Amino acid sequence: MAVQALDAARLPVDWAKLVQKLALATALFVVAYGVVPAYASGYLVEAILLPFLALSLAAVGLNLLTGYCGQLSLGSSAFMAVGAFGAYNFNLRVEGLPLAVTMILAGISAAGFGVVFGLPSLRLRGFYLAVSTLAAQFFVQWALTKFGWFSNDNPSGVISAPHLAVAGLSLDSATGRYLLSVTTVMVLTALVWRLVNSATGRNFIAVRDNETAARVIGVPVLRTKLLAFAISSFIIGIAGVLWAFTYLRTVEPAGFNLDRSFQILFIIIIGGLASIRGAFLGAAFIVVLPLFLSRLGAFLFGGLFDSGVLDMSQRIVLGAIIIIFLIAEPSGLSALFDRLKRRIGSRSS
Amino acid sequence: MTFFSHLRKAAIATAFVLGATAVHAEEQYFPLQSYRVGPYAAGGTGFFGGFIDYLNLINIRDGGVNGVKLAWSEGETQYEVEKGVEVYERLKSNPGIAAWNPLSVGIAYAMIDRITDDKVPLITINHGRTDTTDGRVFPYVFPLLLNPYSETSGIVNYIASKEGGLDKLKGKNIVVLYHGSPYGKETIPIYELLSQKYGFELSQIEVPHPGNEQQAQWLTIRREHPDYVVLRGWGVMNPVALKTAQKTGFPADHIIGNVWSNSEEDVIPAGDAAKGYTAITTQASGERYPVVQEIVKTVYGDGKGNLEDKSRIGSVYHNLGIVNGILNVEAVRIAQAKFGNRTLTGDEVRWGFEHLKLDPARVEALGAKDLFHSINVSWDNHEGDGYVTFQQWDGKKWNVVSDWIAPDWKLLRPIIEKSSEAYAKEKGIKIRTAEDADAVVSN
Repeated sequence: MAVQALDAARLPVDWAKLVQKLALATALFVVAYGVVPAYASGYLVEAILLPFLALSLAAVGLNLLTGYCGQLSLGSSAFMAVGAFGAYNFNLRVEGLPLAVTMILAGISAAGFGVVFGLPSLRLRGFYLAVSTLAAQFFVQWALTKFGWFSNDNPSGVISAPHLAVAGLSLDSATGRYLLSVTTVMVLTALVWRLVNSATGRNFIAVRDNETAARVIGVPVLRTKLLAFAISSFIIGIAGVLWAFTYLRTVEPAGFNLDRSFQILFIIIIGGLASIRGAFLGAAFIVVLPLFLSRLGAFLFGGLFDSGVLDMSQRIVLGAIIIIFLIAEPSGLSALFDRLKRRIGSRSS
Repeated sequence: MTFFSHLRKAAIATAFVLGATAVHAEEQYFPLQSYRVGPYAAGGTGFFGGFIDYLNLINIRDGGVNGVKLAWSEGETQYEVEKGVEVYERLKSNPGIAAWNPLSVGIAYAMIDRITDDKVPLITINHGRTDTTDGRVFPYVFPLLLNPYSETSGIVNYIASKEGGLDKLKGKNIVVLYHGSPYGKETIPIYELLSQKYGFELSQIEVPHPGNEQQAQWLTIRREHPDYVVLRGWGVMNPVALKTAQKTGFPADHIIGNVWSNSEEDVIPAGDAAKGYTAITTQASGERYPVVQEIVKTVYGDGKGNLEDKSRIGSVYHNLGIVNGILNVEAVRIAQAKFGNRTLTGDEVRWGFEHLKLDPARVEALGAKDLFHSINVSWDNHEGDGYVTFQQWDGKKWNVVSDWIAPDWKLLRPIIEKSSEAYAKEKGIKIRTAEDADAVVSN
């Protein structure tokens, strides 16, 4: 009886939340598929949205591994490279392979790779694991440079993106590539969201919070860790495909260097660990803020200093902002966002 | 509220300022993806400095090209592909774009599809993707003066001349030390081909970007005991190579630098280790050329010089920027003669580049005699048969030690066509004819 009453009392609140969530999702859809393709400028799509989407997806992938499962990895850009070069080769070698299949196969290659380089996680933790994932970074770059086959024997080792089409519809225009990118990101993010709210997702968190305790209560730690590596690498691999095919449209192995891995790691730290929203907020911060600063700097002082001085001072400002942010909110932008929402909520009520 | 009203006032004021500067007379615009910070800043500041100095000279001395003023703005790329693409997207909305000059192979690669869609020329002077020489497949890309294969051929021919003829190369041992980037790797197949053709032994060793640690590579070289080392470096890799060579006991006068290892910035930091080092160039260094003198007098005299350090005037990169300026401006001038003295479209400037023929007499008239030799671009040859020369560092300055040498274009052309045709097939590009090249988009 008491339980029933409690349920009845809670029901209206849940409905309101559901409606709110539905409205938010609808708004997101309208913006992503209506407003952006119709009104966004070429610059916004090519220079901001495409890198933002690819990096967000990579951050979602890494967040699954590092944020949820607690396994620190510095191999993200290697997995991106495997995805990008995998997709290029599947597309090149198999005639008439649909784009979606190419991307999934590329993701699976990256996942296989992730599992192999995830094996040390069974014995190593924390920084030691991070250092061992560095091996992935160096190995992939070495292999892609060493064996010309991967880049179809292009002398300079640069691959260029193939013609993109889904069901005969060309996606080569900026809008087409954007739509491909945003759809991929949405689908994979939805899947990840389902995953972290499932039993497997709770296993991830259990392994992160206390491995011994997780083992005691019957979580298959071994399998969970490898699964985290596999799924995370799959997603990062597809992010690599987006980076190569929709954003840059040409890729060299050196483009996937350690800097990129660090960039993705910083995205999830700044955005908020174990938060899907954090991956997007962090990516927006890392992609958009430097551009904003450089535009602002050029606008305010463009005539006074040359672009080199401006670039240097912009880095100083960016560094300072990151430090201030992390002092003010060590749990990242996502937590900051929640705090802001609560404050607005309490004010309006 | 007051904050927002302030903000609105500021926004309106900004809009006015922007609107006021947006009104222009006839102008031809050069978007510059420059790099003034990062490991390659020496190349970037020198090259873009020279380029801007020449554009300034044309504006101040001549009032523009036939009355059309030259305009430009810069975006910092740090030689990084992502930043280069961002700057491209940012600057491409400016009206009257003449040509892009990114001075980075990586950025140029990422731009090929984009500029082909936009129908605006992409200039990769002395570098770039070799097969873009074939204008039949790459209508908008111009590796002017010297593509990487011609450079390779020029270097091998020079080594042969030092040894007493191409037949003397047989059995010689040459090591190529290359920068681990698309630029560095571009010549791997052509060195291999020339090694088979002339029968010299060859090993090619990579130095990972940026190249400030080369102990292992030079120990390998020491074991190999080569007759010559070709240094295909870039930025900080070059002085480190020269210093490490000295440490491992390899003589500097048997190291031949390529066209991106030939500047003062490459040898001065190496100090004594660079004495005797020889490098290829398409444009001589020094201030004695009339056009450089005019820049010193008119542009720097006016306080509008771009180089902060005036001792770099006439350096290799600065002079390359000036030559690049000459080629860009002359392409605009040639296109104006056909299409009228007004702001041209990118496609019209492309036509200008495809008719960019400067014989030694015209080069002298431009005040650049001995600065560079000549150029002869056509619709299907986008390199333009540039000549090379070799200069040796004596510890203080570069001295020219050879005549103008012609690379073996006949040998290279079939290889280039094979590669470009394969690219056309992969991308489904229709091979252009002379008639296609004359169809120009003018709106």
